[in-house]
Amino acid sequence: METKIKSACETCAYFNAEGLKKLGINTENFDFVVALAGNPNTGKSTVFNALTGLRQHTGNWPGKTVTRAEGGFEYNTQKYKLVDLPGTYSLLSTSEDEEAARDFILFGKPNVTVIVADANRLERNLNLVLQILEITDKAVLCLNLMDEAKRNNITIDERSLARDLGIPVVPTSARYNKGIPELIQTISEIANGTIVCKPHRIKNVPENIEKAVKTLTAKIEKEFPSIPNSRWIAFRLLEGDAHIINALKSGEFV
Amino acid sequence: MNKKNIDNIIELSNDLRWQIGDDFHDNLTESIYADAANIVKGTVRTKDSEKHFRLDSKIDKIVTSKAFGFPIMFLILGTVLWLTIVGANYPSSMLANLLLDTIHPALKSGAESINMPWWLDGFLIDGVYLAIAWVVAVMLPPMAIFFPMFTLLEDFGYLPRVAFNLDSLFKKSGAHGKQALTMSMGFGCNAAGVVATRIIDSPRERLIAIITNNFSLCNGRWPTQILIATIFIGAVVTDSFSSLASLLAVIAIAVLGMAFMFTVSWALSKTVLKGEVSTFNLELPPYRPPRFWKTIYTSLIDRTLIVLWRAVVFAAPAGAVIWLISNIHIGNESMAAWAIHSLDGFGFLLGLNGVILLAYVVAIPANEIVIPTILMLTVLVTGIAGGSGAGVMFELDSMHATGDLLRAGGWTLLTAINLMLFSLLHNPCSTTIYTIYKETKSLKWTIFASVMPVILGFVVTFLVAQFWRLFF
Repeated sequence: METKIKSACETCAYFNAEGLKKLGINTENFDFVVALAGNPNTGKSTVFNALTGLRQHTGNWPGKTVTRAEGGFEYNTQKYKLVDLPGTYSLLSTSEDEEAARDFILFGKPNVTVIVADANRLERNLNLVLQILEITDKAVLCLNLMDEAKRNNITIDERSLARDLGIPVVPTSARYNKGIPELIQTISEIANGTIVCKPHRIKNVPENIEKAVKTLTAKIEKEFPSIPNSRWIAFRLLEGDAHIINALKSGEFV
Repeated sequence: MNKKNIDNIIELSNDLRWQIGDDFHDNLTESIYADAANIVKGTVRTKDSEKHFRLDSKIDKIVTSKAFGFPIMFLILGTVLWLTIVGANYPSSMLANLLLDTIHPALKSGAESINMPWWLDGFLIDGVYLAIAWVVAVMLPPMAIFFPMFTLLEDFGYLPRVAFNLDSLFKKSGAHGKQALTMSMGFGCNAAGVVATRIIDSPRERLIAIITNNFSLCNGRWPTQILIATIFIGAVVTDSFSSLASLLAVIAIAVLGMAFMFTVSWALSKTVLKGEVSTFNLELPPYRPPRFWKTIYTSLIDRTLIVLWRAVVFAAPAGAVIWLISNIHIGNESMAAWAIHSLDGFGFLLGLNGVILLAYVVAIPANEIVIPTILMLTVLVTGIAGGSGAGVMFELDSMHATGDLLRAGGWTLLTAINLMLFSLLHNPCSTTIYTIYKETKSLKWTIFASVMPVILGFVVTFLVAQFWRLFF
């Protein structure tokens, strides 16, 4: 029998195909929870399928994913549960999609959040990325649709981007399964604490607001010493977000 | 956790909110955008012009233009339909050959050799088996062609452009622009279209989309439309134009369905489902070359087989019912004959007949079996030779033979046109009704969505029949 020709990647130490098992919808007894967030139509469902081996239908129109999909994979004997969140442009409004995505990252406390971004429209995608980085410090940017970016003559300095954002950046073309092994490796390193992120925090905030945020953040941290996203909660309180105020009252942040 | 401290925090935030004024949200958003712009400036380089984007926007300028948008839409719809009609013929007749002409007689003789009682043999083989075989033979080939083509269009990125073109029409009818997408899904299967309405956030607009999805001519109804159009409409013009005339007739029905969708959406949003039209951002995604084989594979597995399986599950009991009503006698008439005679008068008013009405009652579970049921019941009532016995569904080998049989059963051009209209305007199939209930969780709206189209169908066919008889 002819053996399948192995790609050069498979000889690389980084690549660990033997350690990977796609578990489909089997998500029992997982060790880590991974959330998949991103703008609509950036290929989240394709990344989801590539990681889990599922064949959830993907379509080239925004808002394709209407139900929260869950799947799993196993990597180096650790089990990961993957949750595909609805695509959103922001987390600041109160639409159903945005609240679902935000609540999961905030209260579901995923071990890793994979932010899928369209490499062709990075600037607009960063809007959501920067907001997510205020909420969680365990994230990786999956810079998807690199094949299209290449066709469009767009080059991205991934290392500078990673430095600016303070999280790992993995370029992928999920449709062609490119970059997925690297993404899995990065997810596992974040989950196991090998990579520690120092996420970018929103700068350029007007002085009077920054002052208010600092006062409030200090208060929140005094009450909840272990909270990772006190600054973001301060933002929400200043916005008067009733949802967050209630969560604070009912102790959901503890 | 100290409740007082938390109240303090909230109070502090309230005070601070007053201090910083109401520009907070805008200021924060601006800060984020400024950060994003900074980061991008240092990391992203775009070489020369954005060529690909330009090609995309060039295509968009044409396919969403006022002049060409709609013609291109109808051209694509027409092509997809034409390929489905032409392409499905051959595998359909092969499947019919295999399932109906080869396996069915084999099952019958097998049943005979083990001395199965006639009623059990009839019930199982002539009833249940034939209904399933019919649904598979009639439905599988067109679905296996239609769904992949539809999915390819979807992956290519054309559907959002359709939504874009239709948006203003939907807005005028008080519905959500995304309804264009669920409507398109409905052309494949109404149950799938109803599920797809989840992409609409506003409950009011979602309800409108659910109720009117039935006006998208679904897969189970295309074959009926195509067959009747070919036999009766195609015969009106000369031979060389007959296939064009039938194709146009079918497209006219599909477009009429869209017109009803807009009108009913409008009427609903002006009466029982009043409310604001919600605005939404529809991003036109880039055109992407579809991954051909992968798309074919997933659409076959995910859509075709699942829909087919559902149809089979619902068709089996329908087959049993057809056999039973044809073989259980009240007095010296079978139940079917009795029902047909009592429905004939009402049928005449609608330009239809008792056979068609009964067929639609029996075929609630699956629209696909309407034509075979009509043929079988026509034979039963008229006593014309050609069928295979009471309660046995069959379809005649050639369109000519089918046409002759129907004409012998009293069919005219009016009957054909009204059947096409009624096929568009009647209750959704039971799968869709069940799906509507699951999605709305409301008995009231489920009943409304099921009954309203039938009433419309009665009204429309009645009016057409009266005018027809006035003028011809």
